[in-house]
Amino acid sequence: MIRSLRNSKPYITGFRLFIIAYFVFLFAPLVITMILAFNDSMYPSLPWEGFTLDWFFGNGPKKYGIFHDQANLRAIGTSFRVAVAVTILSTFLGTCAAFLFEQHDFRFKNALYFLMIAPLVIPGVILGISILMFANSIGLTLEALTGLYVEFLGPGFWLIVLGQSSFISTIVALVVIARLRKFDRTLEEAAYNLGASQGQVLWYITLRYLRPAIIGGAAMAFLMSFENFNTTIFLVGSQATLPINLYLQVRDGSTPVINAISFLLITGVSILAVLNLSKGNKPVA
Amino acid sequence: MKSDTRRLGSAFLLFFIPVILWLLLLVVLPHLELLRLSFTGNGRPGEVGFSLDNYMAFFKEPIYWLTFVRTAMYAILVTVLVTAIALPVSFYITKLVKVRAAGFLMVLLLVPFWVSELIRVYGWIILLRESGVLNRLLVSIGLFTEPVEMLYNDITMVMGLVYTSMLFMVIPVIGVMEDLDDSLIEAAHDLGASRLAIWRTIIIPHCTPGIVSGGIIVFMLVLGSYLTPNLMGGKNSLWFTEQIYNQIILYFNWNQGAAFGFLLLVLSSLIIWVLLKLTGQNLKEVVK
Repeated sequence: MIRSLRNSKPYITGFRLFIIAYFVFLFAPLVITMILAFNDSMYPSLPWEGFTLDWFFGNGPKKYGIFHDQANLRAIGTSFRVAVAVTILSTFLGTCAAFLFEQHDFRFKNALYFLMIAPLVIPGVILGISILMFANSIGLTLEALTGLYVEFLGPGFWLIVLGQSSFISTIVALVVIARLRKFDRTLEEAAYNLGASQGQVLWYITLRYLRPAIIGGAAMAFLMSFENFNTTIFLVGSQATLPINLYLQVRDGSTPVINAISFLLITGVSILAVLNLSKGNKPVA
Repeated sequence: MKSDTRRLGSAFLLFFIPVILWLLLLVVLPHLELLRLSFTGNGRPGEVGFSLDNYMAFFKEPIYWLTFVRTAMYAILVTVLVTAIALPVSFYITKLVKVRAAGFLMVLLLVPFWVSELIRVYGWIILLRESGVLNRLLVSIGLFTEPVEMLYNDITMVMGLVYTSMLFMVIPVIGVMEDLDDSLIEAAHDLGASRLAIWRTIIIPHCTPGIVSGGIIVFMLVLGSYLTPNLMGGKNSLWFTEQIYNQIILYFNWNQGAAFGFLLLVLSSLIIWVLLKLTGQNLKEVVK
């Protein structure tokens, strides 16, 4: 039954086969995608036409590799800028929320806590449309009142940042709360007794202690923002982020340049995952 | 002591103001606006008062509510399938495999979870489509005489949804299964309990909190999924998020889209609530 008990051979073999099948299922699409990035063909499919790096470095006339593909490079740039902004905003909000809910007591605390975790169970599509509609209504009202068109409230960069931060902040908050819960508050009292100011205590004691959780949360925020599709699709303006741009290409027929992008992302993400896990940060689902 | 309360007071505001702004401006008010627009008619400007038209349209057009029911049913099916696969996988990793290998398998499990949904779906597309890798292989070894389109049907779509949401179940279930004391299983085994009885009376009850939190996340993700049904289910996927997308982006009928969005929100909250009540959990514990 378990490793400490004696198990029959068919039981162990059966289980092992099941697990192998599961991991094949898990990795088959990723591995195939990565391999076909190097196929010297105009389509992301077999037969194997030979090894090439054209889908990375090719510069025309037939094959434009990712490093010469202006539309995709621009989308990567947009996603990167969005992700940086979301990381900063949601790390700040999430850390504030962690302090608020772990170290302070106030009326309606439970109700507010419930509101904070709600974005985790609201489908991303709905967060996207409600923020789109709310921003649009405010924009229209402001325009009617003052005659000014506030570009900030229309679909585009800032709306994507706000929309994504609405739920990514919650994830950062949960990561930071988990660590703050284990914090020994007598350390703060000791610092106060030794004459530290409030700012010094926060900076040198509490935030220093929280640093691994804040960095882990920020890394997760960056990744979730970079890959977000469901919320972003409703908030995107003229500048598409990478997932939106890839979606349009996949829907309307694709070339192996998407495989090349996938190869880079899968490799990058795997390195990040291994680094993050080796630091002992537990992932939050 | 007085300075102490003032000190805490200003710190409190420092944390409270950003959080309350976030929750009000990005969570509460947008959803109230969604609700308001869903009850706003689509008449000419000037006559946009309270109206139930958008909800009436939902119930009058079978395509809308049938899609809604279909989406809900498939989301439940996917959640059940995901649970059925996640339990043995987690069991193998936490209780059966050598401890050294378990750490390695955990890392392996997590890597696809970090890769974006779009890339994972794209991988399945190039594997399964008519000119895809699998067809090519099966024809070349003579199993198929000609390529078959394996995409754009419900079975493939469900498989894709299971694939993209799988890890959100595996991680919490592994989390609770790690805490299950092996000696309980050993004792039951020594007393002659069958495997089925051990699963039914020890393992599954112990894992219920993990299953519930995984189930909530999986169900919500599948219900709100757009990419997987759209790209793997094709034109026949009839997923409710596509109806929302069409109303808002294609027909520019925001009020109708708001009503659909609100209905989806009610459905997801309702099922999550039922799941919590049935198992006696609360949301606060579950998301931890």
